Amino acid sequence: MDFRTLLSRTAPAALPATGLLLSGCGLRGSHHALDPAGPQAGAIGSLWWLLLVVSAVVFVVVMTALVLALTRYHETPDRENLPAQAHRTVMGWVAGGVGVTVLILFVFLVATLLAERRIAAIDADPEALEISVIGRQWWWEIQYENAAPWLTATTANEIHIPVGRPVHLKLNSADVIHSFWVPSLGGKRDLIPGHTNRLSIQADRAGVFEGQCAEFCGHQHAHMRIIVVAQPPEEFEAWLEQQRQPAREPQTEGEIRGREVFLASDCIMCHSIRGTTAMSQVGPDLTHLAGRRTLAAGVLPNTRGHLGGWILDPQGIKPGNRMPRHTFPAEQFHPLLDYLGSLE
Amino acid sequence: MNPEGPRSAAVLPTAGPRAADARASHHDLDRVWSPPEGLYGWLTTTSHTQIGRRFIVTAFIFFLLGGILAALMRLQLSHAESGFLSPDRYNQIFTMHGVTMMFLFAVPIMEGFGIYLIPLMVGTRNLAFPRLNSFGYFTYLIGGILLYAALLLDIGPDAGWFAYLPLAGPEFSPGHRMDFYAEIITFLEISALVGAVEIIVTVFKLRAPGMTLNRMPLFVWALLVTSFMIVFAMPSVEMASAYLILERLAGTHFFDPAAGGDPMLWQHAFWFFGHPEVYIIFIPATGMVASIVVTFSQRQMFGYPAVILALITTGFVGFGLWVHHMFATGLPSLGMSFFAAASMMIAIPSGIQVFCWIATLWTGRPRLRVPLWFVLGFVFLFVMGGLTGVMLGAVPFNLQVHDTYFVVAHFHYVLIGGAVFPLFGGFYYWFPKMTGRMLNERLGLWNFWLMFIGFNVTFFPMHELGFRGMPRRVYTYLESTGWEPLNLLASCGAAVLAVGVLLFVINVLWSRARGQAAGDNPWGADTLEWTTTSPPPNYNFHFQPVVTDRYPGWTRGPDSPVVVGLKDDAHEVLVTTTLDAVPDHRTTFPPHSIWPFLTAVAVAVIFFGLIFTPWAIPAGAVLAMAMLILWFWPKHHVLHRGHEEDAP
Repeated sequence: MDFRTLLSRTAPAALPATGLLLSGCGLRGSHHALDPAGPQAGAIGSLWWLLLVVSAVVFVVVMTALVLALTRYHETPDRENLPAQAHRTVMGWVAGGVGVTVLILFVFLVATLLAERRIAAIDADPEALEISVIGRQWWWEIQYENAAPWLTATTANEIHIPVGRPVHLKLNSADVIHSFWVPSLGGKRDLIPGHTNRLSIQADRAGVFEGQCAEFCGHQHAHMRIIVVAQPPEEFEAWLEQQRQPAREPQTEGEIRGREVFLASDCIMCHSIRGTTAMSQVGPDLTHLAGRRTLAAGVLPNTRGHLGGWILDPQGIKPGNRMPRHTFPAEQFHPLLDYLGSLE
Repeated sequence: MNPEGPRSAAVLPTAGPRAADARASHHDLDRVWSPPEGLYGWLTTTSHTQIGRRFIVTAFIFFLLGGILAALMRLQLSHAESGFLSPDRYNQIFTMHGVTMMFLFAVPIMEGFGIYLIPLMVGTRNLAFPRLNSFGYFTYLIGGILLYAALLLDIGPDAGWFAYLPLAGPEFSPGHRMDFYAEIITFLEISALVGAVEIIVTVFKLRAPGMTLNRMPLFVWALLVTSFMIVFAMPSVEMASAYLILERLAGTHFFDPAAGGDPMLWQHAFWFFGHPEVYIIFIPATGMVASIVVTFSQRQMFGYPAVILALITTGFVGFGLWVHHMFATGLPSLGMSFFAAASMMIAIPSGIQVFCWIATLWTGRPRLRVPLWFVLGFVFLFVMGGLTGVMLGAVPFNLQVHDTYFVVAHFHYVLIGGAVFPLFGGFYYWFPKMTGRMLNERLGLWNFWLMFIGFNVTFFPMHELGFRGMPRRVYTYLESTGWEPLNLLASCGAAVLAVGVLLFVINVLWSRARGQAAGDNPWGADTLEWTTTSPPPNYNFHFQPVVTDRYPGWTRGPDSPVVVGLKDDAHEVLVTTTLDAVPDHRTTFPPHSIWPFLTAVAVAVIFFGLIFTPWAIPAGAVLAMAMLILWFWPKHHVLHRGHEEDAP
């Protein structure tokens, strides 16, 4: 961190680039590649600062040479022939420049390999938590698998992880290629149909880290966001335990009526609510819908109003997405919202 | 004059007798090499200056169209959650922006410059395979028009210019949008391939006597390397897009994992073309830079052999980088390390070139005219883009910024900075040769500075947007992301950039009519094209020059040696040896013809028809074959006229 503080004081003078990068509020944001929250993003961040500083120096040197070449005193030259002495001198500079280039590239390569090693350090950690991420147009299915199938917790668009513990993401796609990317936690990895990719992440501090699909995947590529919630281990375990449970039974009359509406509607053609007869796997699992922070893959905050708007007009909010429009009479719609809002 | 038989091997250069009969032959040459008048002439011409100019103008129009698409995207992205464009439109627009800039602008315009300049630079009368050249232009034109027609009819391709499977496949892109992509890209690339073949043969076999390989202008070297890259890279995308055609038309499942296929196959085949493509665009630009640097520093190229070796090295190493587009796909890390090393290594030949250009300016006497300003802008932008390119070679860093606006910034720095700026320098530099008039210098400076400032304001902030998590190819973004201010800034920069380009268009239109007359060699340039008139006559040179050094533009005088004995009443050109350009034999080029145009139409019928029905293959093939038969139908009077007239 000291290094970066030092840079933020000195670098802007050297290169406008750095000034812009550091002056913004970006470094304090919850989704910035240079605001690392874990060792993977940290290693990449350090690698970047090395690349930036060396590149900035190279840039300044080359531009200085160019300006000097244009402004220095020029004796009248013979167009075709250069005096041997002058030729030798300039050739020396050119050769020296090439030599330094090679050296710098070698340093970059070694730094790259070292950073890769740091990032891969947790790849084989047996203590790691394994989470399955399945990319779908245009949302993420998240599964906390368990040897006992009934203890598998399924959710969507929101990954909870324990702070300080390596996490292995198992990445698959159900349709087209997607790419998982949460900048504060590290680099991205594609989710490719027919392939199982892996990505290791780790958060060293609690927080909510945002990201989004990074491989063009069709109409709503822009609205395929994901959040990672890093929690203290106990909090995480409690959350996971709760996610494994079937849906909360409806309590009030409205909620009971809402469940009836849900199970009688075509919602069940796509969605499942564990503990009910709705078991379709096409859309996100709604068992603990009310516990999530967002709707529609990070597009809307999870409030009653937004949920209602989403059900009535999903095509207006995410044009082209797979969820069709629905109409409910008010006497059904409010109980439905009551019920969905109760699924903590 | 003592002409030998057409196939004999000795046409000896002699010191030039410029006699009265030479003036007579001028008239004959003009009659023989001039294309017919009117529309028929337009469709049948085989003149490389006409076709080259046409490539340049057409590609520039596509550049403007691609620019309009870019402006629409910048408008859409200037505000969070803007409703200006629907995702459906936006996806077509960004796809067509990429397709236009890569397939319809960058490669054709570079080849267009090659087609126009190379016969002049190597001192011959026309490009090799002149009818193929005509065919190549019409395939390009028809392909481009079909793609834009599709876009206007709301059936433009919408899965990205890279068309990743399975998104571009039949299941996830139903309808005809991606059929247009698959068919027309396959069709269009024929044009790039034939252009490359023509350039290679022209460079190897039609150089003026005495222009040994080590006297060849660097622009010619650059186009030679580029053409070889095209010959090796384009078949890869042709294969990939042909597979895509089959996948969509015949359900072949090459890319479908459920049927044993693999989406990665597409990525390898596409990027094996896609990465060299970047160098196919960049290397000709370095040739332009070399020409401009030499002319405006009035100094021979420093390290000429080193620059050539750098060009060739770039050509080879450029084929070893494709996997850096695929670092995020989960390939084994040892394998990726090789590609990381290669991605960094490519900076060495580029560095050599930059150092040699600076050394040339250093040892020369730079004259700051508009073409040189564009070259200076180029060095600034290209070094910056090159450095971010080296960074992208570092695998872990790449995984962070891959497919984000950081990469968008990077490749616009290398492609606009590295190719479009030299290209504009090239416009200012060669416009006098092509039209006989100079472009306006003052407008040129405004043009340069607006483009330079506009470019940086547009693309520099995108680096930071990438760090902040903004992925590419998003039609909008949420306000909560905080990406709006920098996007708005970028959009404002784009407006400035657009004004700069507009000034160029105005400058061209104004100067073409009223520009200052240029004369043969207004810049004091060193290459052969400047030793003939501006614009050059249809036969390029009254007498084909004999070259005695690397800088004929500087050293040739009225008494310099020329080739005599070429027929002035036939399309006759001198063929020389590949290495040393020793006269070898003479050959007669075919005259203008309508069949290349009709063949291009017939081939277009195949590919366009395939969008709708597989029956287009037999129907179009029969048609194309008929056209080819007519194209190659032996015409006794043309082929044998030489023999008859030579007979004692």
